[in-house]
Amino acid sequence: MNFSELFKQSNQLCKVSPDGKYLATCVQYRLVVRDVSTLQILHLYTCLDQVSHMEWSSDSLFILCAMYKRGLIQVWSLEQPDWHCKIDEGSIGLVSSRWSPDGRHILNTTEFHLRVTVWSLCTKAVSYMKYPKACQKGIDFSKDGGYMALAERRDCKDYVSIFVCEDWHLLRNFETETQDLSGLEWSPNGCVLAVWDSCLEYKVLLYSLDGRLLSTYSAYEWSLGVKCVSWSPSSQFLAIGSYDEKVRILNHITWGKIAQFEHPASIDNTKAEGNFVLSVPELPHPDEICAPPIQIPVVKPDPDRANPKIGVSVLAFSSDSRYLASRNDNMATAVWVWDMQKMSLEAVLEQTAAVRCFQWDPRHPRLALCTGNSKLYLWSPRGCVSVQVPAEGGFQVQSLSWHCSGDFLILLGKDQLCLCYMDAEQEENTSCRHCENV
Amino acid sequence: MGERWTTETSMENNEISRMSHVMMSPSRQSNLELAYSLSTYSVIGAFCTEDNVPQCLLHINQELASLGLPVCIEASSPEGANLNAVPVLNAVYELLQIHRRDMCTLEEMEKEQMKKSSSLDLIQMTNSRLKDQLELSIREKSGLYETERQLQLKLKTLQRCLKGEKDEVQKLQSIIASRASQYSHDAKRKEREAAKLKERLSQLLIDRKDKKLAIDVLNNLGRSDGKRSQWRTTKATASHEGEMYKFLLCDYEESQKSLVLENAELKKVLQQMKKEMMHILSPCQPSSRGATADEELAESDEDEKTRDSSRDTLDQSCEHAREQLTNSIRLQWRKLRNHVEKLDNQASQVLHQMESNKDMIPFETHQDEMERMRHEVQQCKEFIHAQQQLLQQQLSTSFDDETAALLYDCYTLEEKERLKEEWRLFEEQKRNFEKERRNFTEAAIRLGREKQAFEEDRAAWFKNHFLNMTPFTNRRRCSSSDGQSSLSIISEPEIRMSVKAHKAKASTYTTFSTPKSSRSTAAPSTTDLYRTLRLIPDCSSSMHSNQVWQESSTNGDEDIRIKSKSRGLHCSDLDIFALGEDDSLT
Repeated sequence: MNFSELFKQSNQLCKVSPDGKYLATCVQYRLVVRDVSTLQILHLYTCLDQVSHMEWSSDSLFILCAMYKRGLIQVWSLEQPDWHCKIDEGSIGLVSSRWSPDGRHILNTTEFHLRVTVWSLCTKAVSYMKYPKACQKGIDFSKDGGYMALAERRDCKDYVSIFVCEDWHLLRNFETETQDLSGLEWSPNGCVLAVWDSCLEYKVLLYSLDGRLLSTYSAYEWSLGVKCVSWSPSSQFLAIGSYDEKVRILNHITWGKIAQFEHPASIDNTKAEGNFVLSVPELPHPDEICAPPIQIPVVKPDPDRANPKIGVSVLAFSSDSRYLASRNDNMATAVWVWDMQKMSLEAVLEQTAAVRCFQWDPRHPRLALCTGNSKLYLWSPRGCVSVQVPAEGGFQVQSLSWHCSGDFLILLGKDQLCLCYMDAEQEENTSCRHCENV
Repeated sequence: MGERWTTETSMENNEISRMSHVMMSPSRQSNLELAYSLSTYSVIGAFCTEDNVPQCLLHINQELASLGLPVCIEASSPEGANLNAVPVLNAVYELLQIHRRDMCTLEEMEKEQMKKSSSLDLIQMTNSRLKDQLELSIREKSGLYETERQLQLKLKTLQRCLKGEKDEVQKLQSIIASRASQYSHDAKRKEREAAKLKERLSQLLIDRKDKKLAIDVLNNLGRSDGKRSQWRTTKATASHEGEMYKFLLCDYEESQKSLVLENAELKKVLQQMKKEMMHILSPCQPSSRGATADEELAESDEDEKTRDSSRDTLDQSCEHAREQLTNSIRLQWRKLRNHVEKLDNQASQVLHQMESNKDMIPFETHQDEMERMRHEVQQCKEFIHAQQQLLQQQLSTSFDDETAALLYDCYTLEEKERLKEEWRLFEEQKRNFEKERRNFTEAAIRLGREKQAFEEDRAAWFKNHFLNMTPFTNRRRCSSSDGQSSLSIISEPEIRMSVKAHKAKASTYTTFSTPKSSRSTAAPSTTDLYRTLRLIPDCSSSMHSNQVWQESSTNGDEDIRIKSKSRGLHCSDLDIFALGEDDSLT
């Protein structure tokens, strides 16, 4: 495994272009574009203020830099470095900004979610979308970029509007049966929209593209409900993580529950067949493979506070839909990997500190995770490895992201970044340990 | 029954021997009341006749003296049968008084006894009543225990229910609390937002000179797909709808295709399973039991098969066909399962048979056995071969005869030595055994002889004892006998003691069994006899000499015992003993 040198970055803003050729980083108010292979600086842009959000357009030609405090957006072109664009929202403020899938429109959400402004870079036209909902995830684009779903709230009722991204034509607008819509997400095939309620009620609704309600799923009543939702890349499964520390898997044919994954504090052999436990301690000696029964440290959350740190908050499917990685917030040091073919626990990766970030390789079934120390942990069904990031002055890996080819990782520290290149024969790596299934 | 003998123990008179039965009828309750019937009266009348008046008188005087009456009846004339009336009357009067007193006391005692018996009855009644009460109360108590236990159980279950309810209440309360905290948090957030809004609004109202929101682009960009943008028309919107539906339909068609493929695969698998199951079941059916029923089923299977195949070609996706397929699969599976169960039963039965009938063994065990035996044979062959080789080696050694002989010798030398040693030991043991056997035989012979002697002595003693059992046997007659008997009587205790002390010594018996009699012919008195027989205790106060005699006798006994070992002295000792006895009498 090779590591690049450290580069400066601010605000954890470092993104690879969708075509994988360029790497853009923000350093304070400057935007630095590098070539991915050589890491040479290709372009350098200067923004008016410290950049809060940076995004590549889908065709990798433009970069959007948003400065929320100033209410400004600046768009930079890679082909024409002289080209500039500035969008000023003015007094209405800016809360979030994003590209549209075609790469020619910018959607700004104003402060207090008063409206969503659609700026067209082609025509300089402006459109408005009224009453957007201020929630966890109120806007979602379908994968092929054809449709956009927007959550709205009018007269204390939740609505969903489906727009055709081509010309922002409102295709459908329907009321949802939620109390307080918290998020929506398109399935990867773009035909089904999953809508879920806030944590006070466990309700997941599935709407077809044309606005018909396909199914409703509610696991239980009264207790705190859905915390996160994730589609499998094949659109076969919908994984729902909830506050009761369980993950429920729905299937796309009947929209009924086919599996339920629990996160118990103590794991023994009788509960799940064919699982093994890996413990990766922060010690000189190598990774430990523990046999069940094992105990996972649990941190009990404060019951009096809102949004307690309990329940499954992060779900991630591997690219082949074979594995699902989950994290239970009151066992923040453990990442649970589930096998979707057997519908059983595959591995539990226990770390010494709380896991901050984990992400699947876009190509291979490989999970990279970091806990805020200077190590990078990789897991694959064949083995696992922990790598120390060689950096002077200690580099704390706080988040990571994969390159779309799966060849390297971008490790982000507090104000530095580092690239980690995977070896071509990563699986036959000698430092890799073979963990056997129990 | 109820015959009571009162022996007149003053045995001097012959007449006395003739009588003295007091008949008591058993029907009388009172044991103390002596009933003198007329017959007995006549018997008592026979007590005193003309001839034995003085004796009777004497006797009566003695009796009266023994009763404590100072009256002494005298005969009026030395040989006459008349008596002094006064003392007689006095005596009679005294006797009557005594009798009356006795009767009074008897009556009193009877009264007492009745009272006591009635009170006893009463007590027994109360006792039984109380026992019944106690039983009743015990039963009640157990019943109460039972109810108490049941109530305890009930209490426990209720407590458990209560606990469960409390837990549920707790859970619900915690849920409510978490929801409340979430609500409050959301409300606070909204309030904060509203406050910010108000602030911003106020700010906006104040500061109107805000620059308008604008976009400043250097130049317009072309569309990403290179086409020119189009007007929004109803046609466009309709096309959007159409496109959306097309998109959806495509997706549905795709999923339906994949499902159809899956279905087809599964159906194929099911068909295959069905065929295989039928195949498995059909050839076995003629061989299994109840062949007729199965044959019928086989026929039905065949029919079904043909029907199914024809139908399959027509409409595979038809629901009816699908149902039929599943039903037939289920049927086949059931048949197969039954068949397998039957086979299992048969197998277990055969196993049973096998266990009872050892001649029949299954094929596998037979094979195993054969394998094992072959292996054993192989091993034995190898062993023999090895032995042969060694033997050959032995025989075909390169040594010459002398050394061979020497070697041979030295191999066997140790064994010879050991053998010699063992022979020696054996001889020694044999000799010891012989010695001991001789000793044993001698001892046995001696024991036999002694036993015989003892038996003879015992027989003699028993004979004498039996003869002496009758109370008025003539002592002279006894004494005229060998004197063994009396000696044996006297020495009986000694014999008893000596038996205990010297059981092992056979010589003592011999000494005792040949006693020499030198007793005096004088018959001992009653008391002496009693004393010697240890029937009455010796009155030490009255007769010091007796005591002395006793002591001397005990000493003498001991002496006799001690000196009995020597054969010659015991006669003199016995003499001493006899003399001592004579002294006491005088």
